[in-house]
Amino acid sequence: MKYIDEYRRQDLAKGLAGRIRREAQETRRYHIMEFCGGHTHAIFRYGVQDLMPENVKFVHGPGCPVCVLPIGRIDGAMELAHKHDAILCTYGDMMRVPASKRKSLLKAKAEGADIRMVYSTQDALKIARDNQEREVVFFAIGFETTTPPTAVAIKQAQAEGLENFSVYCNHVLTPAAITHVLESPEVRELGTVAIDAFLGPSHVSSVIGSQPYEFFAEEFQRPVVIAGFEPLDVMQATLMAIRQLNEGRHEVENEYHRVVTRKGNTKAQALVAEVFELRRSFEWRGLGEVPYSALKLKEPFAAFDAERKFTLENRSVRDVKSCECPAILRGAKKPTDCKLFGKACTPDNPMGSCMVSSEGACAAYWTYRRFVEPATANAREEAVA
Amino acid sequence: MCLALPAEVVALAEAGDMATVALAGVRKEISVALLEEVAIGDFVLVHVGYALHKVSPEEAERTLQLMEEAGVLEEQLEEIGA
Ligand code: SF4
Repeated sequence: MKYIDEYRRQDLAKGLAGRIRREAQETRRYHIMEFCGGHTHAIFRYGVQDLMPENVKFVHGPGCPVCVLPIGRIDGAMELAHKHDAILCTYGDMMRVPASKRKSLLKAKAEGADIRMVYSTQDALKIARDNQEREVVFFAIGFETTTPPTAVAIKQAQAEGLENFSVYCNHVLTPAAITHVLESPEVRELGTVAIDAFLGPSHVSSVIGSQPYEFFAEEFQRPVVIAGFEPLDVMQATLMAIRQLNEGRHEVENEYHRVVTRKGNTKAQALVAEVFELRRSFEWRGLGEVPYSALKLKEPFAAFDAERKFTLENRSVRDVKSCECPAILRGAKKPTDCKLFGKACTPDNPMGSCMVSSEGACAAYWTYRRFVEPATANAREEAVA
Repeated sequence: MCLALPAEVVALAEAGDMATVALAGVRKEISVALLEEVAIGDFVLVHVGYALHKVSPEEAERTLQLMEEAGVLEEQLEEIGA
């Protein structure tokens, strides 16, 4: 059974690749930014780029939550653990990201800071319940999929009167980041980054719905196709984007209607709206200050806001010199353009955030060896073998 | 951390919006606070310990099979501490 299915899928993939070849017009360019790190990962893992004709290219976007968090915010998290002696709870992905002086949470933990990896905000709440005499801070990161779980935890902490629990909030917003990329001089004036269409994220869109993309599809005249995470989804969505471009349309289309609706998960949205409000501006690694692109806790929840509870030094810290993560996150450079790639910087010894998370472009390039040129199937197989 | 795993709801807690899901023979406590309603036998997409959305059993089956073939399932199970 398994083989039949696999065969069917390979067949489908071949069929889709053939369609894309036939429909992509030779005289046109189709540069499609996949915003989400999950898509970047899928494109590399399954070699989707190699199935595309020359003029259809994926541009990797800034949708990797670990990659876009600026060093200053990670330093802030360490400060909470070190200086304020809090138990810092974090998702595992953050542990190895190099911050100032190439220190990471993992190293800080080795030096005695009380940093604990959690899978869920529920785990962080439990740690707070079990350690009432200590301050427990949850290092909240991520896009619209991780924000509702943080909101639930804050409301629960309030209901339980869990006074030693607080949240260091770093939640960021997808539509704001896409708008910012489209408004950047590299896209608008310099033309150094070409983006003709977007693949919209799957799970983020299951929460926020497809509606938030309508504004910038119209405003910037770029098609947006929301795609599932499977390689076939990515290919199908790419074909839909190509068709829109051929027909001169720029609409929001939804390839992932199995899960995504126009309105999204309204219960989750209501919870987020109750607990959080927009920050006027927030720094992103690679994008710089992006207006109205992140969330903070609303006044009624101030007691659970780590940034109000503890005074944190607010610093803007430079990235490691010659790490190209910032340019890669804007789609302006490829990992192979970085001098350190595969030499000083590998997943075992990362210099920048893009090499840490499996959703980061550098890690994906390295792990799946897609950087080996020429990218003909045979040459690649030999190179990998 | 962007991936979400489909899993079947096998038990609902009396209080606290918690549920038990079964996934590749493993059981895990998750929160269902983000869903309007949920029943035993529903398939849900689980992300950082929360059910984000309901999915059809066919969709769940399809996704799990693909994840298994690609070796992603094992990594993900490790991540949820199963
Ligand atoms: S290879 Fe390493 S140093 Fe170079 S851009 Fe990527 S993460 Fe930064």
